[in-house]
Amino acid sequence: MNAIASGEFWVFVGVIAGIYTLLGLGIQLEFGFAGLLNFGHVAFMAIGAYTMAILTVKAGLSMWLSAGLGVLAAAAAGIVLGLPTLRLRADYFAIVTIAFGEIVRYVATNEDGLTGGSQGTINLAGPGQASEYNGSWERFQTWLQHALHVGSSDVAMLLVVWAAALALTALLAASARTPWSRVLKSIREDEDVAASLGKNVFAYKLQALALGSAAAGLAGCFFAWQFSFFSPGDFAPLLTFFAWMIVILGGLGRPWSVPVGALMLGVIYAGTRFFDFPPFSYFDSAERAYLRLIVIGVVIIGLVLFRPQGVLGRREELVLE
Amino acid sequence: MFLQLVGNGLVTGSVIAIAAVGVSLVYGILGLVNFAFGDVMAFGGFVAFLFNVTLGLPIAAATAIAMLMTALLCVVLEGVLWRPLRLRRAGFMSLFLASIGLALVLRQAIFLVAGPQTRAFDVDPYRVYVVASVRFSTGQTAALVVATATIVLVGLVLGLTSVGRTMRAVADSRTLAAVAGIDTERVVVLTWVLAGLLAALAGVLAGLVQSSFDPNFGFSLLLPTFAAVVLGGIGSAYGALAGGIALGLAMEVSTWSGFFGGVDSVYKPVVAFAVLIVALLLRPQGLLGKARLA
Repeated sequence: MNAIASGEFWVFVGVIAGIYTLLGLGIQLEFGFAGLLNFGHVAFMAIGAYTMAILTVKAGLSMWLSAGLGVLAAAAAGIVLGLPTLRLRADYFAIVTIAFGEIVRYVATNEDGLTGGSQGTINLAGPGQASEYNGSWERFQTWLQHALHVGSSDVAMLLVVWAAALALTALLAASARTPWSRVLKSIREDEDVAASLGKNVFAYKLQALALGSAAAGLAGCFFAWQFSFFSPGDFAPLLTFFAWMIVILGGLGRPWSVPVGALMLGVIYAGTRFFDFPPFSYFDSAERAYLRLIVIGVVIIGLVLFRPQGVLGRREELVLE
Repeated sequence: MFLQLVGNGLVTGSVIAIAAVGVSLVYGILGLVNFAFGDVMAFGGFVAFLFNVTLGLPIAAATAIAMLMTALLCVVLEGVLWRPLRLRRAGFMSLFLASIGLALVLRQAIFLVAGPQTRAFDVDPYRVYVVASVRFSTGQTAALVVATATIVLVGLVLGLTSVGRTMRAVADSRTLAAVAGIDTERVVVLTWVLAGLLAALAGVLAGLVQSSFDPNFGFSLLLPTFAAVVLGGIGSAYGALAGGIALGLAMEVSTWSGFFGGVDSVYKPVVAFAVLIVALLLRPQGLLGKARLA
């Protein structure tokens, strides 16, 4: 059957878009609200996923408790990164966050004893031993599938991911009307003004970074459950840029634009798989994978050039500068 | 052993330094943190590979052609991307994101054309030069000699020629330079030419030192390069040189067994970032950077 007409494939795209929504919400809070340039976002996703998997397999904790601890660990990592670096100038901070993301990936690749090394979580319990962290998740998925009478466990997954993604989006949207968010946005516009009004700029930035990282940690847990196996290569810097692209595609500073942007990215990324007209038909599937990323790169450049406030963004509130 | 590591560190450091000067010049003149610079380096490396291995030219000639073509690429990109962005008054953030998009396009285009295989230049891998009990491979020797010559040359161009003077003037203040009658657009194009030449050279030398490379190798060099630029103070070309050498030394010497038993060599890039973060905490304006106003 043609993949473009297959429901299963679009369910998969939907699940990925939901996970990307969670990832993008972190960037929306950190950049769209607080103006922080975090280019190591994917590292917090990795920390969430690895903490959950390691605690479940090695420490024998319940998967749900491990997932909660994974989200907390991601937030804690945000605080650890932010404490020394948030006082740096914006461009220095951006570079330090890229470096942090790569350090996390190097550690995950090379500390075989802790993370299973470059082959990923399949080695988590040691060589030759089954290491499964998502048994509880699969039981939950099956239970939900029967409870809701939906066709497959993949559809159940889709519903859970989007329930979480939309709940978190609603939370961010609700927080946008609080004094806390207004202070963040004033820091984004001019942190000296915020400081002169007696606001503790550093503490607000640290809170934004910790909460954004927690969202990435949650995205990491869902990512781990969706694929039931992952390796350090899954947390390449590319994912961070996907999260950025979602926020810019959707609209800067507007919470509800994040799920829209994530769906747009999902469709662009998955949709380009089916370009079978010239010039795309001249390339084989491996080459088309490169072409898809070229399309993503061109879209990023095009947005920056022609639509700097994002597709649904408001020019009065925030324009890329 | 220690001396050998210092020697390796100088080799790594001088390659990073060449790349870092390129990044730093572009940042100084255009305010652009160029995330695509690593992939521009890879472009240079692969063009040199095409002429050296596929077409059988000597490595020096292939490198020269690669440098010219990479400079041309940079000038074309200035015309179709960076200049339009500047005309739209794009700020730091837009430029940075556009360079991320460009990095994706360039790297995937190299993958598309050259394929994902690892490549190696056509040089004798078994020839070894010994200097004071330190052994250098052909690639390392070439890197050290060429990098030293390049560093001196760039220093002379920036310090003594009128082109260098106008570049430094534009980096200090674009408006004042324009008022003083400097054709700033011409300086921008010259900066891209210089950055392109340096990028391709660094790409080829890195390929020689690593002995094999794939289309991702430019990106993997980008982060140590950024670290060197920041370590030296963003926008300071001489600082970038010092930062590159310091980082190269730190990365190699950290594996010395006399240094707390030595850091596992897979963690060399992590050492670079750790040095960067510590240096930023102690001296946020960089080694040779100007103190931030206000």
